[in-house]
Amino acid sequence: MLSEIRAREGIASVLVFTLLVIVIFNFAFGTNSQLVRSVAPGMLWVTFAFAGVLSLNRAFIMEREEGCMEGLMVCPISRDTIYVGKMLGSLIFMLILEIVAIPIFTALCNLPLLTAEIATITFLTTIGFVTTGTLFSAMAVNTKARELVLPILFLPIVSPIIICAVNASGLAISGESWGGLSTWLEIIVAFDVVITVAAFLIFAYVIEE
Amino acid sequence: MINRILLVVSAILMIAALYMVFIFVPTDVEMGVIQRIFYFHVPMGWVAFLAFFLVFLASIIYLARRNRKWDIFASSSAEIGLVFTTLMLISGSIWAKPVWGVWWTWDPRLTTSLVLWIIFVAYFLVRSYLADADRRARFAAVVGIIGFIDVPIVALAITLTRTQHPSAIIFEGGLVPAMMMTLMVCIIAFTALFVLVLRERLGMKYDDEELKKLKELVRR
Repeated sequence: MLSEIRAREGIASVLVFTLLVIVIFNFAFGTNSQLVRSVAPGMLWVTFAFAGVLSLNRAFIMEREEGCMEGLMVCPISRDTIYVGKMLGSLIFMLILEIVAIPIFTALCNLPLLTAEIATITFLTTIGFVTTGTLFSAMAVNTKARELVLPILFLPIVSPIIICAVNASGLAISGESWGGLSTWLEIIVAFDVVITVAAFLIFAYVIEE
Repeated sequence: MINRILLVVSAILMIAALYMVFIFVPTDVEMGVIQRIFYFHVPMGWVAFLAFFLVFLASIIYLARRNRKWDIFASSSAEIGLVFTTLMLISGSIWAKPVWGVWWTWDPRLTTSLVLWIIFVAYFLVRSYLADADRRARFAAVVGIIGFIDVPIVALAITLTRTQHPSAIIFEGGLVPAMMMTLMVCIIAFTALFVLVLRERLGMKYDDEELKKLKELVRR
């Protein structure tokens, strides 16, 4: 189930994508440091949301193509285990991506992103991304237009945590303390909990054949 | 028979609502005539929310019971909900232009409505991408449930930023009695219309199913 770790070329290609997005943002917004500072939270989360869509799209493709899903289904393990396994796989994938991407952001945009605040925001938001994304990815892979279905479901559903992450990152970049961030972090945690519980209850219905 | 009665009831209520909106109710002092759009805007929002709540309930029941009827119910309700959300967004825009000076602002309620609208557009896209009826019903139910759960969180997240939309005037008793009465009649009229359209749509879809089954039989 953690076969993504083996799929190293997957991480590499998503990383190249992330780098390209940063470069394109630089073309779009110029190098004015004042401006970069104000659009940086948006840049960061647009990049991660799209990188998330890209990597989550791949989450079930391997199973689909190799017919592994049927194999997993007949295994004497519960459907929840499959969900948790896929979710953790995607979580590790995304976290590796972010651990590499954030220093690149820091260096290229000259921003103070290597802080505990940014790390916490990123970690919590990524959990929300992968819990939502894993559920929808399992659906999307069974549809005719799978590359399209995931983003149209995923992006509106995660919009609240993107809003919170952008606002919290903005505050963190301008040096706000934990107290100022807490409201945003609480909403992200609430989203994570609600979606995880719902996904747990629903996932079995998605993958049954 | 019930549909006949509903048709008559909602027709009468609609005429009464139109009379109240255009003749009976006093013109708003601050906003002028344009404020009358309120009596259509709010009921449309109410119907849209009611419709999506029914989608949420029907989706849960479908997943639990696996009766095709509930999938048909959910999709019919979602169709009407989407139409009313669209009408609400459009009527809101028409109202916003003279009052706020813009067609659209990224205000919490507007943005939440827009996200809700996008989620239910996605609901129908997912349905259209799936040929297998059972899978289509299951996946749509998942979107219906998650989409509905998501809406309060979206609202909460966006509300933390500044709001421009008048919020709880209705509940704080900020409306004069005549306005309140007009609004209530409009809400009841629109709800009756919603029930009627939903029942008609369900009837159509059941007939459609029946027809498909008969076709299968004939083909054999």
